[in-house]
Amino acid sequence: MKRSAAGEQTLVAVVLNGVRRSARAEPRMLLSDFIRQRLGATGTHVGCEHGVCGACTVRLDGVPVRACLTLALQADGRRIDTIEGLAGPGGMGALQLAFRRHHALQCGFCTPGILMSMSELIERGPRPTEDEVREVLAGHLCRCTGYTPIVRAVLAAAAAMRGDEESADA
Amino acid sequence: MKPAAFDHVRIDAPEEACALLAAEGDDARVLAGGQTLMAVLNMRLAAPRMLLDISRTPELDVLREERGTLYIGAAVTQARVGAYPGLERAVPLLAQALPHVAHLQIRNRGTVCGSIAHADPSAELPLCLTALEGEVLLRSVRGQRTLAAEAFFQGMLTTACAHDELIEAVRFPLAAAGAGYAFDELAVRRGDFALAAVACIVHADGIRFAAGGVGDRPRAIDWPRLEGSALDDALNAFAWSLDAHDDTQASAAYRRHLVRVLGRRAVIRAAEATT
Ligand SMILES: Cc1cc2nc3c(=O)[nH]c(=O)nc-3n(C[C@H](O)[C@H](O)[C@H](O)COP(=O)(O)OP(=O)(O)OC[C@H]3O[C@@H](n4cnc5c(N)ncnc54)[C@H](O)[C@@H]3O)c2cc1C
Repeated sequence: MKRSAAGEQTLVAVVLNGVRRSARAEPRMLLSDFIRQRLGATGTHVGCEHGVCGACTVRLDGVPVRACLTLALQADGRRIDTIEGLAGPGGMGALQLAFRRHHALQCGFCTPGILMSMSELIERGPRPTEDEVREVLAGHLCRCTGYTPIVRAVLAAAAAMRGDEESADA
Repeated sequence: MKPAAFDHVRIDAPEEACALLAAEGDDARVLAGGQTLMAVLNMRLAAPRMLLDISRTPELDVLREERGTLYIGAAVTQARVGAYPGLERAVPLLAQALPHVAHLQIRNRGTVCGSIAHADPSAELPLCLTALEGEVLLRSVRGQRTLAAEAFFQGMLTTACAHDELIEAVRFPLAAAGAGYAFDELAVRRGDFALAAVACIVHADGIRFAAGGVGDRPRAIDWPRLEGSALDDALNAFAWSLDAHDDTQASAAYRRHLVRVLGRRAVIRAAEATT
């Protein structure tokens, strides 16, 4: 049993995008605020703060979760992946490039969360179907695109990652 | 949209949670997946002084088949149950219902027991537990007890779980030989709470039918094997018995309509699945 009193700052150690990081958090601090304010990774956006919109979605030990419904203390000792980790040394990753190419974002507020969910979907299986993409996308709200270009971008990104350039261009 | 201050206690064993629930009374709340409770705290609809975090309690993170049931401990997420090998055969109703519970990103943290504890009238898992006549295992410093689903759910967001009790696990009966199972619901968007949901089991001697999202809790009824207009009449009488209300989502009449239409389809599909 480990008790952290209200207001007391406890050290939370995580592996953020492959890098060991630690910072202090009080019990009530949300993981979304911890990532943005304590670790300075502001790519994760905060929208509704009750789990509905999906903007704050990050990967916790690999799986997409709502950072606004998770406490910073609950991430102690775990791996967190955020949008900052998606770009490679050479610039944007395949998923990001496909989103740009297929106009899968306009204001971009929801995009970091969507990309974290979709990166896991493609890792789980390199050939996601349109239904699978839509199923995962159901956990995110986008007010700009109408979703169709997002679905197209994810399918194209998966194809590009498989080295299947022809369908990536379709 | 930030929670009020609270103490956070990372629980390593169920006894610790029970001792604190007994000592702190209403000031302490169990935090499981947090997919309901954290939203409630963020909106300051509740401000407990202490959260008992069971999400990493090893003894509660148990998922196994025992005594003809699937035993699901309080720390087991909905996603983990959904990925249980052979779930379609072990507990077909759960396999059909889980994809309708919120979204993947929510199921990755939300627990089965947390949904049972919360007892939302539209939630899929309380409906399945009621339809299957499953059990809830409760534990407190006073001892342990096991309640049948129908005794556990008492009304809108209201259960028989006392303030000092922890739900340790729930048990879903494994599929009976020869029986057919069907689940169906209608929600405005995939992953939203159901406007109405139905669960049905058809076996050699009869039909067990349950509906959620209509009354203040899931309700079940047992019928002999009915077909045609006799089935329509039974569904209609059951729909009227549920005490449906109008709300911003749907009218009572529409909810009764859904029970009749989804119900008929589910009974037919379950009957087709019998062997
Ligand atoms: C956007 C969104 C959509 C959703 N859609 C759906 C949906 O379509 N259908 C649906 O059914 N649910 C839905 N949910 C709710 C979700 O399924 C929750 O996971 C579930 O209701 C609660 O489980 P939890 O483990 O997250 O519990 P928590 O949020 O941790 O706890 C919920 C309540 O139960 C109590 N509690 C939890 N575990 C125990 C225990 N072991 N013993 C005693 N008390 C306990 C807590 O104190 C709290 O009062 C949705 C949630 C969100 C955010």
